[in-house]
Amino acid sequence: MQDKLNIIVMNGTVDKLLAMTTIVSGAVAMDKKVTLFVTFWGLMAFREGAWQDPAQQTLPAEYQQYGPMMQEAMQKMGVKPWMETLRIAKEIGEVDVYACSMTKDMFGLSMDDLDGIVDAEKGVAGFISMSEGAEVLVF
Amino acid sequence: MSDQTVKQEIDARGSACPGPLMELIRGIKSSDVGDTVAVLSSDPGSNKDIPEWVDKIGFELVANEEHDDYQRFVVRKTK
Repeated sequence: MQDKLNIIVMNGTVDKLLAMTTIVSGAVAMDKKVTLFVTFWGLMAFREGAWQDPAQQTLPAEYQQYGPMMQEAMQKMGVKPWMETLRIAKEIGEVDVYACSMTKDMFGLSMDDLDGIVDAEKGVAGFISMSEGAEVLVF
Repeated sequence: MSDQTVKQEIDARGSACPGPLMELIRGIKSSDVGDTVAVLSSDPGSNKDIPEWVDKIGFELVANEEHDDYQRFVVRKTK
């Protein structure tokens, strides 16, 4: 059976999203099947267009001072926006993206409000059952 | 190995981790078994990532050439 890596995407700050999508890339490269369960602030970052909106590229308060330095370094190094990295990962491997249905309802979002990379919505029990035998990370 | 047999040459210089590996995988996916794909990378991480990936998937690393400010990897899709 193919190895599985399941990730609970809880945070919507750009540092965590970038690290998470880079790890997803490595996982699909190494032939793992990846499932994302996107919840809370993570889901806010998966709203249509949010990843392109500079106002929504936030860092945790304690790291805010590094923002300009990080942005400059990323540009110089040619780091892709996190959503692009995730799209490429989904293109080359198996990546399923589920919106947490409770969060979706809590924030009053519909599937149409979310980026097209989100495949469907799922409840927590469904995600837990999909995580049987999988490594699980929280981001 | 002469360059004539390289079916596809991907220039991923200026792209950060995991860009060059991802572009190589894309190139390999669209190739036929037996084809050889080359990728150029200026990301130091590629020097570990690409050979490890080739090893894991079981393809053949035909060449790993050091150039002034980039590395050129040649990979054959063996299966």
